[in-house]
Amino acid sequence: MYRYDEFDHQLVRERVKQFRGQVARRLSGEITEDEFKPLRLMNGVYLQLHAYMLRIAVPYGTLSSRQLRKLAELARKYDRGYGHFTTRQNLQLNWPALKDMPNLIEELATVEMHCIQTSGNCIRNVTSDHYAGAAEGEVEDPRIICEIIRQWSTFHPEFSYLPRKFKIAVSATEHDRAAIRVHDIGIRVLKNGLGETGYEVWIGGGLGRTPIIGKKVGDFIRREDLLSYLEAALRVYNMSGRRDNMYKSRIKILVHEIGEAEMKRRVEAEFEEIRKEGRLQLPDEEVERIRRYFAAPAFETLPDQSAELDAEMAKDEDFAHWVRQNTVKHKTPGYAIVNISLKPIGGTPGDISSEQMEAVADLAEKYAFSELRAAHEQNLTFAHVRKQDLRAVYDGLSAAGLATPNIGLISDQIACPGLDYCALANARSIPLAQEISERFADLKLQHDIGRLHINISGCINACGHHHVGHIGILGVDKKGIENYQITLGGAADEIASVGDIIGPGFTDDKIVDAIETIVMTYLDIRQEGEIFLDTYRRVGLQPFKDKLYATH
Amino acid sequence: MQLIKDGAFIADPWTHVGDEDALPGAPDAGVIVSLERWQRESNELIASGRPLGVQLKSGQDPSEIARDLEKLALVGLEFPAYRNGRAYSYASLLRQRYGFKGEVRAVGNVLRDQFLYMIRCGFDALEVTDNITPAIYAEMIGEFTHSYQTAADDRPAVMSLRQRLAAKNAAD
Amino acid sequence: MAQHMRKGARVQALTANRLQDGIVVYLTPDNRWSEKMQDADVADGKEEAAALLARGQAFLGSKDVVDVYLFEVEGDEHGGIRAMSVREAIRQAGPTVRPDLGKQAEGKV
Ligand code: SF4
Repeated sequence: MYRYDEFDHQLVRERVKQFRGQVARRLSGEITEDEFKPLRLMNGVYLQLHAYMLRIAVPYGTLSSRQLRKLAELARKYDRGYGHFTTRQNLQLNWPALKDMPNLIEELATVEMHCIQTSGNCIRNVTSDHYAGAAEGEVEDPRIICEIIRQWSTFHPEFSYLPRKFKIAVSATEHDRAAIRVHDIGIRVLKNGLGETGYEVWIGGGLGRTPIIGKKVGDFIRREDLLSYLEAALRVYNMSGRRDNMYKSRIKILVHEIGEAEMKRRVEAEFEEIRKEGRLQLPDEEVERIRRYFAAPAFETLPDQSAELDAEMAKDEDFAHWVRQNTVKHKTPGYAIVNISLKPIGGTPGDISSEQMEAVADLAEKYAFSELRAAHEQNLTFAHVRKQDLRAVYDGLSAAGLATPNIGLISDQIACPGLDYCALANARSIPLAQEISERFADLKLQHDIGRLHINISGCINACGHHHVGHIGILGVDKKGIENYQITLGGAADEIASVGDIIGPGFTDDKIVDAIETIVMTYLDIRQEGEIFLDTYRRVGLQPFKDKLYATH
Repeated sequence: MQLIKDGAFIADPWTHVGDEDALPGAPDAGVIVSLERWQRESNELIASGRPLGVQLKSGQDPSEIARDLEKLALVGLEFPAYRNGRAYSYASLLRQRYGFKGEVRAVGNVLRDQFLYMIRCGFDALEVTDNITPAIYAEMIGEFTHSYQTAADDRPAVMSLRQRLAAKNAAD
Repeated sequence: MAQHMRKGARVQALTANRLQDGIVVYLTPDNRWSEKMQDADVADGKEEAAALLARGQAFLGSKDVVDVYLFEVEGDEHGGIRAMSVREAIRQAGPTVRPDLGKQAEGKV
């Protein structure tokens, strides 16, 4: 993975010093909250319901064992011994005190981490495929370009006061695990007919109040031109994006208002001009320097089948279950990708205790080249594990309560913090996720249901990506009472779609029954080989509506 | 209000003139007018022989004065609120695209924590509130030794510094 | 405190977050900020509410608290007060999914 050099270190150190000064000015009363708020937000410090929240950047979701151990320590020292992985591959601490923040981020810097641009109207942490470097059919490791974008966007003087936040995601495989079509800019790494690597660029996707699937604006941007292209797109947005209404200020609204063709024309015109200036040309040396950090680890030459693994699977049904559900084919024979579910039945999606972080860090060190990933589904991933080590990994995870075999199943839900923590929330998300997972706790039933993504957001900001859940649940406020709206048929992958609202919402005591009715209806009408989304795409809303709103 | 020009706190030699105001008495006093007034009276203003400046509001793209730039010694760019960052792009365009060599001045809500970004985007003059001292200015400008990206100033990107360092190490 | 609440009138208390650590606090009758909602002063009707808000806002320039606002309460069965909205109830007690954390766990009601 990427390691800081002296330049990176210096910048992060200087940032700590700057933020220490800003916090001191606030605590001494020298500046008011109005003046301080934008400063703290630029460093991922929010004021939530019960306390401050600190959002720590996990660039493109990659973490080392050492970093995770440090996070565990910081969560224990400055918080209540746990953290929360978000849908943007970041980690949030829920209770740190403002007065402790400078020390906290100073300690973070010792493991090459920071909170820069985890909030504010700037270019946010770049997200990517959590299987990067391990996925079959990958053009190249998407994190190479992620790191280049991370550096280019850090303290970008022109783009730190954009109309609104700006999110970029990168994927390098045909199957899109990074949800690039629902980002402000989505980048797909691909090869052209000549075998050269370049980038397809999607602009104007996003969720929130107005969910929109992005438009493909750049077909093939050459590697050396990518930063020029991004700068062009950002400049068009910075100059023309609306600033009068915060709900209309994302780039998706600009694209919608001026049209896809005009957006393309403006970006290309600006791109041509910037290219002429030549200053943003990406030098090969820098790409190669960064590529070296993402070189594949020293894989052993192994047969793809592991007799040890097969024997263990034959012996232990639970283990076999876990292998089938939570591990994925690796591009290298004899290796597997391991997903660690942060969705225990009845638990809080994405939450992890300090002890669990330490257990994961140890296992990564022993069996996964000391590296792990945060997935946008709020789970963790070991990208490279020898198949013969799966048993040991499983045992270690089981001991830490992290071996729930439910990846991709109905209990593997995405849920934002909601009204249990979030100051903007209308309704709670977590208790709903807990009840749903308990209702469908039976693993046999979950397997029978098959792949089904339930995504839950506590308000229209859509941090829980409800629009792109196969089943989406949105919390709304009905005169001080929590109410939940259901959407069906969303997806965030290469066939991205925004879910359709099924009808009137449900109160908190009716919503889980409603979800059950929808799932049971699917089980009744599905055809051979269909998952929920297939069935929905075949039959549409009506059969579900009929069942759900039938008068008894 | 005070003026920082090229890093120095100086008395402002320019006068902001409202759309209906008479031009100041001294015939060589520089004046800053709105885009509207410039478009209405550019001939008279040029004929007056004074140094001329135009101030653009947020939403007035510098392309509107691109052809007039050689007649202008100053372009003012307004920050109606600190959150409104359009003028960072305007300043970048004036320097990088149009090659404007005159003064580019930040006017309006110019906060200390933004000085460095402004300078990097090509502003060489900042109208700041009276509580800003030279010490504060120096601190804000000096917070970061290096920058990851090129902008309108002459700071090299970290990328180039790395290449230089690598070349030097190779030579040693 | 609940005894002198008039039926039908909007009764409100005043809350904020402590600057230093963000912890939820309530303004007391003697102008202190308490972590316990039961210590909160209550305002009965519009005029009292305006006065209570003004007392709280006087702290805004200070380094004590941030985000000062009024919220509705009602009398509870023990002669105390209770927040009317789910939001304020959770804010007072702590996350409903972590009964081991927040004021609910610290006995600060
Ligand atoms: S979706 Fe709403 S409630 Fe959930 S975390 Fe985002 S802002 Fe908070």
